[in-house]
Amino acid sequence: MTIAVTKLRVEEKLYQNRYLVDPGRPHIKVQPHERPSANLLALTHICPAKCYELNDKGQVETTSDGCMECGTCRVLCEASGEIVWNYPRGGFGVLFKFG
Amino acid sequence: MIEEEFDAIVVGAGMSGNAAAYTMARQGLTVLQLERGEYPGSKNVQGAIMYADMLEQIIPDFRNDAPLERHLVEQRFWLMDDTSHTGMQYRSDDFNEAKPNRYTIIRAQFDKWFSRKVREAGATVLCETTVTDLVRNAKGKVIGVRTDRAGGPIYADVVVLAEGVNGLLGTRAGLRKMLKPQSVALAVKEMHFLPDEVIEQRFGLQGDEGCVIEAAGTISRSMAGLAFLYTNKESISLGIGCLVSDFAKTMESPYVLLDAFKNHPSIRPLIAGSEVKEYSAHLIPEGGYKAIPQLFGDGWVAVGDAAQLNNAIHREGSNLAMTSGRIAGEAIIEIKGRNQPMIRRNLALYKTMLDKSFVVKDLRKYKDMPALIHTNSRNFFMTYPQLMSQAAQNFMRVDGTPKIEKEKATTAAFIKARSRWGLISDVVRLALAWR
Ligand SMILES: Cc1cc2nc3c(=O)[nH]c(=O)nc-3n(C[C@H](O)[C@H](O)[C@H](O)COP(=O)(O)OP(=O)(O)OC[C@H]3O[C@@H](n4cnc5c(N)ncnc54)[C@H](O)[C@@H]3O)c2cc1C
Ligand code: SF4
Repeated sequence: MTIAVTKLRVEEKLYQNRYLVDPGRPHIKVQPHERPSANLLALTHICPAKCYELNDKGQVETTSDGCMECGTCRVLCEASGEIVWNYPRGGFGVLFKFG
Repeated sequence: MIEEEFDAIVVGAGMSGNAAAYTMARQGLTVLQLERGEYPGSKNVQGAIMYADMLEQIIPDFRNDAPLERHLVEQRFWLMDDTSHTGMQYRSDDFNEAKPNRYTIIRAQFDKWFSRKVREAGATVLCETTVTDLVRNAKGKVIGVRTDRAGGPIYADVVVLAEGVNGLLGTRAGLRKMLKPQSVALAVKEMHFLPDEVIEQRFGLQGDEGCVIEAAGTISRSMAGLAFLYTNKESISLGIGCLVSDFAKTMESPYVLLDAFKNHPSIRPLIAGSEVKEYSAHLIPEGGYKAIPQLFGDGWVAVGDAAQLNNAIHREGSNLAMTSGRIAGEAIIEIKGRNQPMIRRNLALYKTMLDKSFVVKDLRKYKDMPALIHTNSRNFFMTYPQLMSQAAQNFMRVDGTPKIEKEKATTAAFIKARSRWGLISDVVRLALAWR
């Protein structure tokens, strides 16, 4: 229940934002893994856009459409090679109206 | 795509990049500025308080047409527990001066204005262009950049890395190390819209006067963090940020923290009835002096957040960004004036000039604060705010308990929570780090 409520809350928030999604070119990828590390698992809670979720096999997956390009997941999981992180192509991604 | 060679390429059109590009273009250098966003500001997030002095040194008459929201006449510092806040407040009519000192701004609008000034000064600004690589010659000197647009590399004598906190380019080129989770904060922010007269009424403001609140306490759930609420003309910016290392450890969700802050009994009435129009997230460099990376090399300099030039204690970043951008620009102009090459030895001038400015002096003053706050976050952000609230309530509540007993109870609560030695050592360490 609490999970559903939190999820709804983030989606409502992201709904206010403008994005130009680059179809078929996600700018973040999670590398295949058996079991996620503590940091990778933490992303399912701490990504401000809730882009990371656990699948039913206990692995972490990502959908970066709502990503605000903050870089938190990169700071935690790029060095270990668990994720591959790039900026979206020029002009794509989040478009802050106010910032 | 672009054939000619430039005096300088500036990567990024935020505060630091605009300051650098403007400074150089005005002195007649050929400048190309590249920005990955659709328009300057579309990727940038700030509270946002803008410090006039640092902009004045770049564009003295900025007040004529810059999109400024409110000039600040009041600042509140709040120490919060779950149901209360203990506050310090400073308001002065002296801040209603001909050239006010601090303004709230909205970054997307401000950056567009600043970028227009950069173009008017003669720089070429290209948006929707992500710089993907630095180009080096056989000796390893940076001589240009590659972008995600069609066409080959673009060349310049020097590249100014004004790429912001994530700084992918510089990090991937090995110019600096990857950010550490304990030296960056993740902040989330919302824009709440209200009619200007409602804002003026709620905060006791007239005309363009503005008020800001900085808050710490149990709202960050024992993580090292701060929340803010700033008044704009017809909106309120509010948000909260905590160290990424603390988020990773506690697995708290930033949006849950933000909603708890918004629902705090001291905050809720201030934003009641507002319409939320945006939710944003961004990192803030918090490592201070000790986290400043290499600032220059053969064919490149780094400015602003990319160089970690951010004063987390005073919540200043944009002014350090503007000043470092301006100084880098001035150093490059001087080297070019002497007809010298843009190599490491000569670009060291940038660091020499920056070391003499408030940017490095302020950061050096607080060099021990980040580590202190990081290792003591539970005491500073949970225990002390709760104790302060208890103490204030003890002092104010009139219930027939003799005053002497109330005082004793307050002292005992502090000692019980933190021990006499703990209290003394916290005070001493804080004083030393502040010195
Ligand atoms: C929530 C929050 C509140 C803040 N509040 C305040 C405040 O009240 N007062 C204050 O002074 N400071 C504040 N700061 C800090 C301030 O925002 C920063 O210090 C300042 O924006 C840094 O400016 P910059 O130019 O270095 O970086 P940025 O403003 O981040 O600009 C970097 C630019 O480079 C572009 N870019 C990056 N990589 C590439 C690439 N590869 N190719 C092309 N373009 C690229 C980005 O799109 C961006 O436009 C706050 C920060 C946050 C997150
Ligand atoms: S960059 Fe920020 S918003 Fe985007 S997926 Fe990573 S943590 Fe989430």
